[in-house]
Amino acid sequence: MHLATAVQFQSNWVEILASPFMRTAFIAGVLVAVASGLIGYFVIVRGSMFASHALAHIGFPGATGAALVGTSVFAGLVAFTVVGAVAIGLLGKRANDREVATGTVLAFATALGVLFASLASTNTSTVTNILFGNLLAIPPAQLVVFAAFLAILAAVLLAIFRPLLFASIDPAVAEAKGVRVKGLGITFMILLALVVSMAVTVVGVLLIFALLVTPAAAALRFTARPGWVIFWSATIGVASVAVGLVIAAMFNLPPSFFIVSVVFVLWLGAAGMRRERAAAKPAGGHG
Amino acid sequence: MLDFDNVSAVRGTTTIWSDGTFTVPTGAVAGVIGPNGSGKTTLLMMILGLLRPGSGTIKVLGQVPQRGDSRIGYVPQNYASIAGDSIRARDMVLLGLTGATYGMRRTSREQHARVDQILGEVGAADFAGRRMSQLSGGQQQRVAIAQALVSNPQMLLLDEPLANLDVRNQQEIVALLARINTERGIGILLVVHDLNPLLSVLDGAIYLLDGHAHYDSVDEVVSEELLTHLYGTAIKVVRTAQGDLFTRSA
Repeated sequence: MHLATAVQFQSNWVEILASPFMRTAFIAGVLVAVASGLIGYFVIVRGSMFASHALAHIGFPGATGAALVGTSVFAGLVAFTVVGAVAIGLLGKRANDREVATGTVLAFATALGVLFASLASTNTSTVTNILFGNLLAIPPAQLVVFAAFLAILAAVLLAIFRPLLFASIDPAVAEAKGVRVKGLGITFMILLALVVSMAVTVVGVLLIFALLVTPAAAALRFTARPGWVIFWSATIGVASVAVGLVIAAMFNLPPSFFIVSVVFVLWLGAAGMRRERAAAKPAGGHG
Repeated sequence: MLDFDNVSAVRGTTTIWSDGTFTVPTGAVAGVIGPNGSGKTTLLMMILGLLRPGSGTIKVLGQVPQRGDSRIGYVPQNYASIAGDSIRARDMVLLGLTGATYGMRRTSREQHARVDQILGEVGAADFAGRRMSQLSGGQQQRVAIAQALVSNPQMLLLDEPLANLDVRNQQEIVALLARINTERGIGILLVVHDLNPLLSVLDGAIYLLDGHAHYDSVDEVVSEELLTHLYGTAIKVVRTAQGDLFTRSA
């Protein structure tokens, strides 16, 4: 197939956008982007970027295994990431020192995922959707689960916000001040597992970084105030999903590429903004 | 400030030191010295209530050590964390006040005022809006001290506060600690490798030697015989005509 026939402008893209499956995709994308934005700052502050990447890979055999035994792919994804999260959380700080072990487990998990996928004789699009995400493949019933996950995430994060921030930034002092650093770490990892599972449905196992880490990293380029970083990460995530979906509708192509591209462009833009600000004003603002 | 009665420090099954019987007077500035691996950090952990003594009893400010004791302000070693680029100095200090509070509550005007006041007290007001990663080692140390002070503790515990600082910054931090000691009347315990920058302000030192813990006033600690034994290398104590005291390798 030639490029010209593969990429074709859809003149009826406004109608496509108005269709029910697009509305489902849009709502799902917004829920996932907000959830990613809420947790992204903590992922960076805790240095859990590798852990979030790892969780997505650990979820891969869960998803394809679920397809193999004929249950919900999303349920398999959640089960595997949550178990993986508790394991990483129990290792605590030592997990960071065990990159070789984690990497080896990752490779094994991914291989297992491939095995399950071929045994399940599912069509390749199922596997592609798990690896690269596909907002358009999310069934409407899934929205309730996403909304519930987001509600749990928001409620727990609000309740533990300060101790979690303290424990993430300054674990030694937080521990001395009576904060349960390890318990918070495991709680955080379980929340992360829920968000990773949601994000995999949008951008897939392989592009998880773009939704979970990059928006917060972009926000951190222009502010370091925790509340604002979270607000801007969620905003960048939502904008990327929305714009990505519109472009996907215009050209009738899977949205993952466009979502990740918008995130990438915003991240580059934020980098430029910070450099300009740094040149204009050497010291940060007060208050 | 500290009462140790026949205390031993145990990690797992290993006894690190024992026979710790001494009293550090209230309001003193005291060093904790000893070679690497002699149990200085273990001592701090016991005072903070994060580790129980293997035997004996410890009283900190008259009470058995308890995790989360707001009367102790703690400044750990290696302050600049991986998160240094993700947090501003004043938010760091605010965590010392509100970091252990669960639930969503707005920071009150009084709490903000308290943070501002402490930032001023330690000379960190000018760079309070910057990120931790943008600060020099001395500035970061001031922020760490502000965070420890913001909850109005009755004693400060600092782990190697002068490590990685140049001489000028070392002197400034020592002067700041001396001022906090006199103005607030609170005791200060600091783990140090080198006694010299602190000799002018120290009242005494806990020294960990040959598997035992002792406390002595500074005049007794700063003896050639003791320091030479402590560090396993010949050390000379020099007193200048002006009365200044310092030690050096012989």
